[in-house]
Parts: sequence; C-alpha cells; structure tokens
Amino acid sequence: MLISNIEIIPNKKIVQHLGLVQGSTVRAKHAGKDIMAGFKNIFGGELSSYTELLQESREEAISRMSQQAAALGANAVINVRFSTSAIAAGASEILAYGTAVVIED
Amino acid sequence: MDVLFQLGVFITLLFLGYVFGRRAEARHYKTIRMRERAFRKIVVLNERFPPPHLCQHQSTMVCGNVVVSVDYFKVVVAGLRSLVGGRMTSYESLLDRGRREAILRMQNEAKNLGAEAVINLKFETSQISGQAGQGLGSIEVLAYGTALIPVIPE
Repeated sequence: MLISNIEIIPNKKIVQHLGLVQGSTVRAKHAGKDIMAGFKNIFGGELSSYTELLQESREEAISRMSQQAAALGANAVINVRFSTSAIAAGASEILAYGTAVVIED
Repeated sequence: MDVLFQLGVFITLLFLGYVFGRRAEARHYKTIRMRERAFRKIVVLNERFPPPHLCQHQSTMVCGNVVVSVDYFKVVVAGLRSLVGGRMTSYESLLDRGRREAILRMQNEAKNLGAEAVINLKFETSQISGQAGQGLGSIEVLAYGTALIPVIPE
C-alpha cells in the first residue's frame, strides 16, 4: 500500500478514484506515566512516554486507514492528512484520512 | 504559617522550573542545531508537487512527532504576561523547539529510507492538557510529508 500526502504518485498513473478512507484511534496512558508527566510539567523537557503513545496511535490510524483502502480494492492512498485532538486529560485522538486510488505504472 | 508554606512551595517550584527548564532548553537547542546541520542534505519543501529533477523518484510518507512539556517557570511568566498582553516569548521558544524537533525526526526517517527530499510538509499541533484549568500542559507537534527516494536502476 503506497501512502502519500501529495495528490499524485510520481511516475505512476491514477486510473481510478475510490473515495475517502479514514482511520482513527483514541488512546490513553496509564496513571503512573501520567503522574510522571505531571512532574515533567514542573521541570520541562520532552515527554517521551507521550511521544511513544502518539507514535503508536498514529501508526494504528494509518494501518486502519490502509485496511479500509485495501477493502475497497485500492493500492494506494493519496493526499493523506492528520488531525489530532485531546478529548480528555491524558487521552488523545488521532485521525488519518485520505483518498483511496488505484494506480498503474 | 499556612500562607508561608504555600509561598515556599511556589518559590521552590519556580526555582526548580527555572533551573531545570533553562538547562533542558539550552541542551535541546544545542542538539537541534547540531542535527539540523547534519540533515541539511535532505531538502524539506512545502510545495505540493515534486520539483522537475525529482519527478522520477519513488514516494512514501514520512512523519515525525514530539511532545514537549512546559516548565513551571514558563507557566508563571506566561500567566503574568497574559495580564499585560504582548509576546509570550516563553511559549514561543517551546513551540519553536517542538516544530524543529518534529522536522528533524521526520528527516531522520527520510534519511533511513534513503530519501533525497521531503515535499508537501504539513504540521499538526495540538495541546495535551495537564490538570484541568492549569493553563498549557504540553504540546504535541506532528510533522509529515512525502519523501522522494531515488530509484536504483536495475
């Protein structure tokens, strides 16, 4: 599955547009790490546990999106965008969406 | 007595935030500048289409994200600043660090794939709030774009 956030795939031809596909996930970290993050809010610096959390959820969102695209019979997703929001303290939502297309050489 | 204790806690937190926050920021900026020099070969553009000489390349999406936390000193300074208005330099540097770090991580991923350039860079910034009503908790920055990888002729 080719994933791209531009409207074309260089060197390939788009033969069919299959419409919008999306994948989202909501994740929270356990309380212990939340407390550590609270301490970090005093000292500053990177919150690596949250960075990991968001990395994982982003990958999950992309994989859900590509599953949906594969179910439609697409072999690429173009024009992918991300959107994130904090829905509660310590939990975050990531949404990935794009256009499923069929490409040919 | 109680007031004195609270004041003591406040000043301690302020001091800790100032010392550790400044040190963390200085160290972070140092590594950012170092890695930016190292990654200069990977061109990052926010154009939607690849430049003509890179049109024959393969493409794939690359991302980089980072969560940076504020320190207590920054929160207090920003709180005071919001009384009088004006530039919030304490938060400006935080966002600047977050964005540059996210780009660097994205460039690192692109480099591991052997890419020459990253086009159509987009940013997504969001806030992860700490305790409710305590101002800015920490910020998350996500940078993503399409990496162009040269095709090795068979």
